[in-house]
Amino acid sequence: MKIFVCIKQVPDPNTASNKLDPATKRLVRTGTSLVLDPGDESTISAAIKLKNTVGNSELIAVSMGPASAQEATRRALAMGVDRAILVTDPALAGSDAIGTARVLAAVLKKEGADLIFCSTESTDGYTGMVPGGIAEFLGIPQLTFAREIKIEGSKAVIKRVIPKGYQTVESTLPAVVTVASGSFDAIYPTMKGIMGAKKKPFSQMSLADLGIDAALVGEAGARERVLTIGKAEARAAGQIIKDDGNAAQKIADFLQRYQLL
Amino acid sequence: MTNIIWVLVELDNGTPVRSSLEVLGKAAKLGRAEAVVLGAAAADVAATLGTYGAEKVYVHADAVYDQYLTLPAVETLSSLLKRHNPAALLLATTYDLRDIAARLSVRNNAGLITDATDLAFGDDGLKVSVPWGGENVVTVTHPYQGTGIVLTRPKAFGLEQYEGRTAEIEQINTSVSGAAQVIKVIETIEVKSEGPDLEEATVVVSGGRGLGKPENFHLVEDLAGALGGAPGATRAIVDAGWLPYSYQVGQTGKTVKPTLYIAAGISGAIQHLAGMKGSKYIIAINKDEHAPVFSVADLGIIGDAVNILPQVTQEVKRRKA
Repeated sequence: MKIFVCIKQVPDPNTASNKLDPATKRLVRTGTSLVLDPGDESTISAAIKLKNTVGNSELIAVSMGPASAQEATRRALAMGVDRAILVTDPALAGSDAIGTARVLAAVLKKEGADLIFCSTESTDGYTGMVPGGIAEFLGIPQLTFAREIKIEGSKAVIKRVIPKGYQTVESTLPAVVTVASGSFDAIYPTMKGIMGAKKKPFSQMSLADLGIDAALVGEAGARERVLTIGKAEARAAGQIIKDDGNAAQKIADFLQRYQLL
Repeated sequence: MTNIIWVLVELDNGTPVRSSLEVLGKAAKLGRAEAVVLGAAAADVAATLGTYGAEKVYVHADAVYDQYLTLPAVETLSSLLKRHNPAALLLATTYDLRDIAARLSVRNNAGLITDATDLAFGDDGLKVSVPWGGENVVTVTHPYQGTGIVLTRPKAFGLEQYEGRTAEIEQINTSVSGAAQVIKVIETIEVKSEGPDLEEATVVVSGGRGLGKPENFHLVEDLAGALGGAPGATRAIVDAGWLPYSYQVGQTGKTVKPTLYIAAGISGAIQHLAGMKGSKYIIAINKDEHAPVFSVADLGIIGDAVNILPQVTQEVKRRKA
């Protein structure tokens, strides 16, 4: 079985402030440290666990981004992914979610994927539209918000999180599965894994390699346009105090004053 | 020319989901609102949608939409959009509707804007407001011909009543193809949690990394219990596996707008603030005086949530007694 996991390099959510560049109207990705999306670590862990249950399979990470995104794929390899593919091309800058889905789907089609893992959404753009877009480009089902994943014969069966509980859902393969964050314990790279990652196969692809028309992706292909960037309304400043041992009294007083008790 | 705005109305156990009705009310303010409702109970529901703003309802009363996820709705909507070409299709951001929106935008080559908090029609089409980070709101448009798809942020709009309005009903008679019946629902289990639902609660107490370890989360639950509220969590501790996704408050989890929100040991990542900034009163407890959460707090306590939470719980119980 060929199992894929789609991953993304993002500005470190612990340090970045998700700033927009007023000139390009894009997310600022310079001057901030870039990391493998923390949500993807959980997704990669889910993919590794599944791979270990089905046997005789290969797990491949695929990403789209600048050449520097190889760092993120290297971490995936260190965690236990077998090989990695990075699609990088200057014409991809400014791609929207559907442009990204188009590119990733082209790689997956070329490779012949049986099962594709994605995080529910990235930790920078947050649209959550890429997995469904990939599934539609490939004409295959998508099983979303999975907290448990099993392969039963030629079917994928997942338990998915829903607002009021959970749901068991099945579909044919190939399929795209999105993983609900926090459902799978993260696998941390070992020293051996980190050393071994450097020897694992890594390949780069361009739009030409995938036969994609540059007009369909990047800023040229985006179906949405940012017109203006305005300021959000700020909340009025509150009272900030140091805990001097009376914090509980202060909080209870606040609750009483606004009739919240 | 009046703009025609479509809203896909989601059903849960045969009743329309509130978030869809809120979006329908917004659509009715923007132009002529038309609803699409799909599912076994669609016919019964359709008759009630006029009072929420719909002037017309496209109805397909077929259980296939309840038994199979995403694809039947995408197939039907895709052909309806091609035939009628409304200016926009609005969907509330829910688990199932976002799956539908993603596929539909690819199938119909339609622009797709997510996390909208406001919409308006200008001379050159639909303008959509999308909050970005803590500081900005961007205005986005669909620059091309054809229907623009917009997913709206939960609780962005209130419920509107259009007394006496009766919607024209149009039955859809096509049947869903076999190819669209592949994501099959085997069973649905409702998990009843104690206390109020996180999204409906008037008090929410949430915890983050500052709690130190998963075993301390009960301190959050204890205070939530004492205040008759619901416990919530940050994405960081959900990603770390402390709690299931259902607890997550934030842009990608649940959007909450309670009367009182207490953030305990939460630094205030933008993605978290996006999900709770609309709360009426916010109390924040954090060790780091520079934590961004203090910028939205009405009362901020610089201190250790692990020490302070149990004292607050005790004090609340004492004053309530």
